[in-house]
Amino acid sequence: MATPILSLRQVNKSFGPVHVLKDVNFHAYAGKVTALVGDNGAGKSTLIKCIAGIYTPETGEFLFEGKKVTIAGPRDATALGIEIVYQDLALCDNLDIVHNMFLGREEKSGVTLNESHMESLAKKTLDGLSVRTVKSIRQKVASLSGGQRQTVAIARAVLWNSKVVILDEPTAALGVAQTEQVLKLVRQLADNGLAVIVISHNLNDVFQVADNIAAMYLGTMAAQVEKKSVSPSDVVKLITTGKSEAVSGTTK
Amino acid sequence: MSEQITIEKSLRDWASRVKAGQVGALPAILGLLVLCIAFSSQSSVFLTPGNFANLLTQAAAITVIAMGLVFVLLLGEIDLSAGYAAGVCGAILVIMITEMDYAWYLALPASILIGVVLGAFIGYLVAQLRIPSFVVTLATFLAFQGLLLLLVSEGGTIRIEDPTILAVQNKNLPVTASWIFFALTAGVYVLSGLWKFARRRKAGLVDNLFKFWLIKTAILVSLGCLATLALTVERSNNPDLVSLRGIPFVVPVILVLLVGATFVLSRTSFGLHLYAVGGNAEAARRAGINVKMVRISAFMICSGFAAVAGMIFVSRANSVSPTTGGSSTLLYAVGAAVIGGTSLFGGKGKVSDAILGGLVVAVIDNGMALLGYPAGIKFMVTGGVLLLSASIDAFSRRGATAT
Repeated sequence: MATPILSLRQVNKSFGPVHVLKDVNFHAYAGKVTALVGDNGAGKSTLIKCIAGIYTPETGEFLFEGKKVTIAGPRDATALGIEIVYQDLALCDNLDIVHNMFLGREEKSGVTLNESHMESLAKKTLDGLSVRTVKSIRQKVASLSGGQRQTVAIARAVLWNSKVVILDEPTAALGVAQTEQVLKLVRQLADNGLAVIVISHNLNDVFQVADNIAAMYLGTMAAQVEKKSVSPSDVVKLITTGKSEAVSGTTK
Repeated sequence: MSEQITIEKSLRDWASRVKAGQVGALPAILGLLVLCIAFSSQSSVFLTPGNFANLLTQAAAITVIAMGLVFVLLLGEIDLSAGYAAGVCGAILVIMITEMDYAWYLALPASILIGVVLGAFIGYLVAQLRIPSFVVTLATFLAFQGLLLLLVSEGGTIRIEDPTILAVQNKNLPVTASWIFFALTAGVYVLSGLWKFARRRKAGLVDNLFKFWLIKTAILVSLGCLATLALTVERSNNPDLVSLRGIPFVVPVILVLLVGATFVLSRTSFGLHLYAVGGNAEAARRAGINVKMVRISAFMICSGFAAVAGMIFVSRANSVSPTTGGSSTLLYAVGAAVIGGTSLFGGKGKVSDAILGGLVVAVIDNGMALLGYPAGIKFMVTGGVLLLSASIDAFSRRGATAT
């Protein structure tokens, strides 16, 4: 396998007496979709919050493009090109698509907002993601469907020439057609050369879209494997017991 | 052919927006129209130039408070003390000029600065300590009322004789200056609009709202022209003794505030952040917006506007009293903002809404007084109109979220 764009080595994180991440290793590759699976409480959210700089792990190494880095806060993560799309999407319903995409990082000319520049950039990004379902990018987010909102949130994450995009349960609240649409978009992101990390509970989605699967079990990384080397039932075993005969090194 | 299609399309776009619950200023405009027709059919005085000028000066102070309140309402907060903040700042203005002999150009900025400081205090309590704004401003409402009483001393009034301050509500622009003012305003409005569309076209962005904008601009400019015409007619009963012609000075004052506030809200990132915090504070925070600063600034702006309203109050009354900015002032101002289309739930509204709403409130007040209704009926009708517009707001929210 190629060198990962983002590597976490031996990461440990505790909340008081609770040891949430135990010597976790994790890798994300440019142009690949890495699915992060695991049961509730396995530590998935904590892991991505460490990557996004919201939590700081006690021990462990972060390697970004082969170089050692420290991520002490959300701004460090953004500066490296790591963007996160939260499950609740964090969109402002009362603003239009363009303003949501640029919120907090508006393009300005002098003191005024450079609306036309922002609109062109937003349009280019959405076109680059082959998004054609949105009628007008000046419509308010409140009027969008769940899948379209997810699209806007993802487009916002890739607007900044980001290199790693983390999606937290992107299809959890969506119907069948919209799930399909978002998964296609996730695939598109990886094909555009980004490293994509997807947290998901839905193994169907995972097997449809992922290249690699990282399974967590009670705060440890049970295994990170290529999708083609495992079957869904192997992954279920990894999630529920942390072991699978199909994956070497997980059974002792 | 193609032009007709774009007009149709933009009208359709607009109709679908209305159906989706984004009614904006439409109810207020319709309401204003209905009220004007009703009152002018019942009273021969209502539609005279004299009463029109009177209406504008009556609406001025409440409208200015409402304009400031829009900033706070956009965050989903409220400032109940804005009325008495106007009173306190008005009192400071009068005391500085009458008792301390300062010039108006020193006293006025000082009183506005004090307003801003009062707002910063309220904003700090709301943003930093997260006390609900309703409670904070209820407390400051009482406190400012007390402060005003102490400044003016119970039962007393302090007169103001500064000609500049008095001119704001009592004098008019000369006729030629009125027309120049109208031409300038209309010109700047049209040019800035055209410039915006030209920039968009240069950037290669499509526009189906251009024709719509043209229609809107044509209506606004002709209304402005009509209003200027009405205001430049002689409205004195005894023109040989004293001539009353021209646009009241308070109109340009409000227009400057309107342009400034609209610019801040719609063209700057601070304005965008205000809307964002009002729409989804958590999303705004995650986007890296300093939510606390935005909240504090909104209250500072609100009280700053209230200070200007205080000046307008004392100019109209020629004095300041312990009730300046009291009684129903604040409630009328909140009513004006909401009637104009500003949402009490935050995230939706414009400063121009406050002007529309202020006019509605003033028209009810003025028209019913002309028809000889008692104050009791007046209050009840205003309350009814406010309730009506709040229901429209609530319904439009429901329409907008149902997908």
